[in-house]
Amino acid sequence: MYVAVKGGEQAIARSLELLAEARRGDPATAELELAQIRQQLRLGVARVMQEGSLYDEELAALAIRQAAGDMLEAIFLLRAYRTTLPRFGYTEALDTTRMRVRRRISGTFKDVPGGQVLGPTYDYTQRLLEFGPTVPIATVEAEVPLAEAMPRVLDLLDAEALIERIDAGADPEPVDLTRKPLMFPANRATRLQNLSRGDEGFLLGMAYSTQRGYAESHPFAGEIRMGEVDVLVCPEELGFAIEIGSITLTECQMINQFHGGNGVPPQFTRGYGLGMGESERKAMSMALVDRALRCDELGEPAYAPAQNQEFVLSHSDNVEASGFVQHLKLPHYVDFQAELSLLRTLSAQHVRHASDRHQAVPEQALEESQA
Amino acid sequence: MDTSSHMARAQWMSLLAQAEAAELAAAMDAFAPPADATWLRPAQTGLYMLRGRIGGTGPQFNVGEVTVTRCSVQIGERIGHAWVRGGNARHAELAACADALLQDADQHPKLHEQVLEPLRHSQQARREAASRKAAASKVEFFTVVRGE
Repeated sequence: MYVAVKGGEQAIARSLELLAEARRGDPATAELELAQIRQQLRLGVARVMQEGSLYDEELAALAIRQAAGDMLEAIFLLRAYRTTLPRFGYTEALDTTRMRVRRRISGTFKDVPGGQVLGPTYDYTQRLLEFGPTVPIATVEAEVPLAEAMPRVLDLLDAEALIERIDAGADPEPVDLTRKPLMFPANRATRLQNLSRGDEGFLLGMAYSTQRGYAESHPFAGEIRMGEVDVLVCPEELGFAIEIGSITLTECQMINQFHGGNGVPPQFTRGYGLGMGESERKAMSMALVDRALRCDELGEPAYAPAQNQEFVLSHSDNVEASGFVQHLKLPHYVDFQAELSLLRTLSAQHVRHASDRHQAVPEQALEESQA
Repeated sequence: MDTSSHMARAQWMSLLAQAEAAELAAAMDAFAPPADATWLRPAQTGLYMLRGRIGGTGPQFNVGEVTVTRCSVQIGERIGHAWVRGGNARHAELAACADALLQDADQHPKLHEQVLEPLRHSQQARREAASRKAAASKVEFFTVVRGE
């Protein structure tokens, strides 16, 4: 049987017009400028860049405006756009040790070398709505700037061999998930690429589950730092590395318990999170999930969802998840007709059996009473 | 070029890329590309995959991509290149022109003085101001001594 699959063009055209009208709002109100979004909604821009997996504030701001503030839609727009651009290559590894820090805190040591620098954070706000216009603020500059390269908090523990060592080793080329499909089991570098563009809400929920006892690993926020990091590339035409600009990054180093075993002394272990822009919640969630996913490597019992790489990595991407959930809106008319006619058949059989049984019961009862 | 001039070129290319686009445009105002400038590669925006390190210092992983605009220009004998983060074609073009002119021993001192030095100063000032502002939010703990 064939069903009509064409038609609706005009309805779609009208729908797009309605969307454009709704997006723009009252024409008497000025349209948002990209600079306004970039500056005044910078945390939204950071999220769209991070999960859109493309660092470009201008494009992210454009995507947010076009998506009317729907972050997942904006992320989708950015992901789609990046596929139209040529890939020039891979950058040199970002050196977060040399980050020009604007915020740096530790939940493990009060007096860290370099100090606790709060920077711009919502942590100490009262979470009360502020009515009235924002008043321009005159910020204060300290007499002495911060140290050029902040020492890493975890190095304090490393000096005492109380935390697992981490170095580049043979510095293997990581798998690139934009070029190769995700395969299981995925190594840590591959998992981190997945988590890096993973949905903040999903990772936050997964991270929370580990704190509530599903794969408890006693986490401490060893160090969180945010600031600017130089991006270096080494083009073939030059044969030497040059800076091409700086980007804002948030890095989270979690410290977790580990009991040791198999010749490894008891020591702290690490969970790592890195986010584009100011993205502390995401970086912390990523670090907790990264640590939970290391269960096999550390010989920990794996029973919780956050420890299951197939579960976490397959469901972290909000572009995929949103697409699959929302594809249910697409016409499933034929599928549904098949289900409907099957259900009608079963329903008819049910009615027939019920009436057969109704007639059968008295005969059976008669037989039993005669026995 | 020997290693030291490689280093010098890497430094000026970095400085040009890190500059604020408007500041670079203002500084390069006096150095309009000559008529014989040939764009070997017109400005083109593409992607680099950002590489991070696990734990900050461990093995590499892919963080996500970044937009980069590159272009190449020939001015006389010299070929200037630019790779600049973001999608600003004008920024890349000006940086490539400056790179070509800076390789010319006759032009170098003038560009050094009128372009590189002002950019370096403003970069330093920008970074220092940001650092001082951050430093102002450094926590000073006061410990209360208990007992005597």
